[in-house]
Amino acid sequence: MTGARFVWTMAWRETRASRRRLSLLIGAVAIGVAALVAINAFTDNLRVSIRDQARSLLGADLSFSSRRPLPDRVDALVDSLTCRTTEEPCGASARVVTFAAMGYVPRTEGTRLVRVEAVRGDYPFYGEIRTDPAGAWRRLQGDRQALVDPALLTTLGAAVGDTLALGTGRFVILGTVLNVPGDVGIGTAFGPRVFVPEEYLEETNLLRFGSRAQYTTYVRLDRGDAQPVADAYRPLLRGDRVSVRTVEESQRNLNESLSRLGRYLGLVALIALLLGGLGVASAVHVFIRQKLDTIAVLRCLGATARQVFAIYLVQAAALGLIGSAIGVVLGLGIQLLIPQIVRDFLPVDVRVTPSWGAIWAGLGVGTWVALIFALRPLLAIRGISPLEALRRPYEEAARAPRDLLRPLAAVALALSVAALAILQAESVSQGLGFTAAIGIAVGVLWLASLGLIRGVRRWFPSRFPYVWRQGLANLYRPANQTVTVVLALGFGAYLLGTLYLLQHNLLRDLRIDAAPTRPNILLFDIQPDQRDGLLAEFTVAGHTPTPFVPIVPMRISEVEGRPVFGPAAGDSAAPGQRRGGWAFRREYRSTYRDTLVRSERLVAGDWWDPAVPRDPGAPAPVSAEASVAEELGVGVGDEIVWDVQGVPVRTRVASLREVDWARFETNFYFVFPSGVLEAAPQIFVTLSRIDDPGARAQFQRRLVERYPNVTALDLSLVQQALDRIIGHVVLAVRFMAIFSLATGAVVLIGAVATSRFQRIREAVLLKTLGATSDQVARVVLAEYLALGVLACAAGLLLAIGAAWALTRFVFESSFAVPALQLLGLSGAIVLLTVLVGLWNSTEVFRKTPLEVLRAEE
Amino acid sequence: MLRCESLTQVYQSGGRDLTVLEDITFQLEPGGFLAIVGPSGSGKTTLLGLLAGLDRPTRGSVHLDGQDLAGLDENERARLRGEKVGFVFQSFQLIPTLTALENVQVPLELRGDDPGPRGRELLTRVGLGDRTHHYPAQLSGGEQQRVALARAFSIRPKILFADEPTGNLDAKTGGTVIDLMAELNRESGTTLVLVTHDHDLASRARRTLRLADGRVVSDSAA
Repeated sequence: MTGARFVWTMAWRETRASRRRLSLLIGAVAIGVAALVAINAFTDNLRVSIRDQARSLLGADLSFSSRRPLPDRVDALVDSLTCRTTEEPCGASARVVTFAAMGYVPRTEGTRLVRVEAVRGDYPFYGEIRTDPAGAWRRLQGDRQALVDPALLTTLGAAVGDTLALGTGRFVILGTVLNVPGDVGIGTAFGPRVFVPEEYLEETNLLRFGSRAQYTTYVRLDRGDAQPVADAYRPLLRGDRVSVRTVEESQRNLNESLSRLGRYLGLVALIALLLGGLGVASAVHVFIRQKLDTIAVLRCLGATARQVFAIYLVQAAALGLIGSAIGVVLGLGIQLLIPQIVRDFLPVDVRVTPSWGAIWAGLGVGTWVALIFALRPLLAIRGISPLEALRRPYEEAARAPRDLLRPLAAVALALSVAALAILQAESVSQGLGFTAAIGIAVGVLWLASLGLIRGVRRWFPSRFPYVWRQGLANLYRPANQTVTVVLALGFGAYLLGTLYLLQHNLLRDLRIDAAPTRPNILLFDIQPDQRDGLLAEFTVAGHTPTPFVPIVPMRISEVEGRPVFGPAAGDSAAPGQRRGGWAFRREYRSTYRDTLVRSERLVAGDWWDPAVPRDPGAPAPVSAEASVAEELGVGVGDEIVWDVQGVPVRTRVASLREVDWARFETNFYFVFPSGVLEAAPQIFVTLSRIDDPGARAQFQRRLVERYPNVTALDLSLVQQALDRIIGHVVLAVRFMAIFSLATGAVVLIGAVATSRFQRIREAVLLKTLGATSDQVARVVLAEYLALGVLACAAGLLLAIGAAWALTRFVFESSFAVPALQLLGLSGAIVLLTVLVGLWNSTEVFRKTPLEVLRAEE
Repeated sequence: MLRCESLTQVYQSGGRDLTVLEDITFQLEPGGFLAIVGPSGSGKTTLLGLLAGLDRPTRGSVHLDGQDLAGLDENERARLRGEKVGFVFQSFQLIPTLTALENVQVPLELRGDDPGPRGRELLTRVGLGDRTHHYPAQLSGGEQQRVALARAFSIRPKILFADEPTGNLDAKTGGTVIDLMAELNRESGTTLVLVTHDHDLASRARRTLRLADGRVVSDSAA
């Protein structure tokens, strides 16, 4: 038998007495690995699915889109790309116009804001739009009919065969759309889709001046590659505000955003694994103390320190490997669930297949985490003298000298955590940030648990009933695991608490707006000649709208004397040609008024005084929103020349404003003074408050009948949509965070199991001295109650800090603590702790003293 | 076989020097049987630990089978123990996770030897041939000490150190264990060094070293 074989055999034999405990550690590792494998395998699946379905994401090889009808030169370009003018076409094109409008079903009198997609041609060229009844997509063209999202039928109480009114157009509902390739489920949150043939779009009379529509031409290329075409024409078309997209670019963008989601979820999973590692470290620490005799005897019998160390190191590695293997199997199961949870974000059908990369990584990372966390406590073995087998008469003297390897092991652990985080985040800075955040959280929880132990020891009132004193004294018994349990449970509470607080605070901004004094319905696309009629409608219905706010669409043509697009098309130095120069290219919808509104705050410059007459030749003063001014690189005093429907208007930035965009109000990037834009083509919006949902629906119906082009946005719908979107994100993250709490529970069970014999002996002693089972149970209860409360309090305090910082600095929103809900969450976690503790201790208070003494013999 | 010169051990205790052993010098021939006796705290166990190379002395030297222990590092001393030294402890010190047979085989396995039938033979020799697969917790104290004895002899040690081997046993069981030790000593010529309180046991040794306050107060060979 060789030395290595001895190590392996002993490592195996040494598991005999503690398999239950080891299986818990295996569980602690397995949960984290499962979470990690599931999310990483899912991300891999997603990448593969996006690659395979890339062409159907766009539905074409190439697309041109704009906020205005595409200029003729794009049509000419598309014609030449598809060889339309020649005998033999080398491609095809299709057009889609997308805009928001009110849908109305006369039979049921239901109205709803919808997203109209008017389609011409064979779109999509790739992928298939599935409908019910099947094949309805191909029959859509050629008649006045519509295919709608199933949700629309539900909200309007309509059925297939009903007539749907869009503006002045009438369409028969042909069926429902089940699946559009490349479409994200959450995208329909704001408005269910309605597909109609573009040839009848005119009949709706909806696309009037100022309407916000997106005009897209999709191109299929039978010859050649789309990317060179896009690269060549993009700079030339920027001046026309036409954006060009290819399959490759859509794929890349999608990959980036979805991978980011995957990476964040992966980091949350990593926390679960690290908590498992913590459980391993703590258990090994206690385990080694219980193995002192065995280790000393082995040393007496001639085993070297290195051999004994190797025995337990092999054990830790094997434990990590088994835990990881179980985790991988579990992870492959959980992987099937993840698409269900994030389905609404996914534009592709994810085919779930095992990802070998994720499997190997899970095995490696899980084993490594178990090893590296076990390393530092295991090093204590090297200091155990064979002399301890004889007696330990001079413990102080016999204590091993400080082992230099221990701080080294701690450094290796920290580096490993950082490396894992960097690998998972795929970014050094984010990985380090994550590591630092974990370090802070661990530090706070660690201090909290030390504080508890010390505090209980020093200040706990001696007048308290005995069972409480005994239970709390257990928190600082020798070989206690108070710190570990508080860390593991506290981290779970911290994660869940932070998520809850974020969700609550992000949604709260909108909830405030639901206050009875705030508007809850927004009407837009109002034409100037419709104002009086609308006002009359409001008056008849007994509602009061806010004054009509004018909106003038415009574009920037020069900033500080520099044209946004150079004198020649495609001047690559012009600001409008820059990547990210969107602020220069976009269409601005500005307003004019002479006062600030509630959601605005002046941060620089001065507001104009309307009473002071302006020099008609001088540039008009305007107020710019601070963030867009920063993007444009303009400040107070800088000059901007606008293209207002073809008319140049010179302005000078007079002030900068901060705007609270989260308010349900009409906010603008640029505000003009009165007297400049009155003559420009414009539309109006107004807000109102109609409390009763029935009255609101009825009012919208009247509007749809009389002013079909006016679009109404119901705040409660916005609220629902936001709730749904944020709810989905939170659900996904919470799903991963639950793994941390589960690991915390397993670590807790492990901690209880580790001290089982000690507890049983104590309980027997107490019973021998006359304690009832009930009293013993209460001692245990007191201990776990204290653990649970402390872990929860520390975790939630951390959560409040983290959520405050995130709300304040990342989301730039105000912060409040929903005390009642947090108490509920705390209650649940404390209850979990107490139940796990009591359940694992049943043996302790059920057995009679004699039974235990016999078993112990 | 065993030779120590001016062996002195001083521990730090509460900031003060505590001299546990002072200037111990003696030697023991191969096949000898030495009992170290003395009251509690006289330094018996410390002396045993130093003789077996479990600890390093503050001063003085120990030669075991001709080798100066001071010249060996931790690992070399461990190897020396694995090859030449057997141990019997007062509290048996069997490894609880191993069966009786496995406990006996550990020293052989540590050397990388194939344990073969020796473990079983030894257990039969100490009267436990039918309990090879029992765990320590399933054996009585006397049985455990007999397993420990079998373990100590498994490597055919040149020298056996025993620390109060009967201290935790009743008189009758203790007697059996001592008989066994004496027999094995005779049969294999193993040198025996034992620390004991037990007068009967000490009287069976061929030589007795009496300690008090860390010094040799009498040596029956002198």
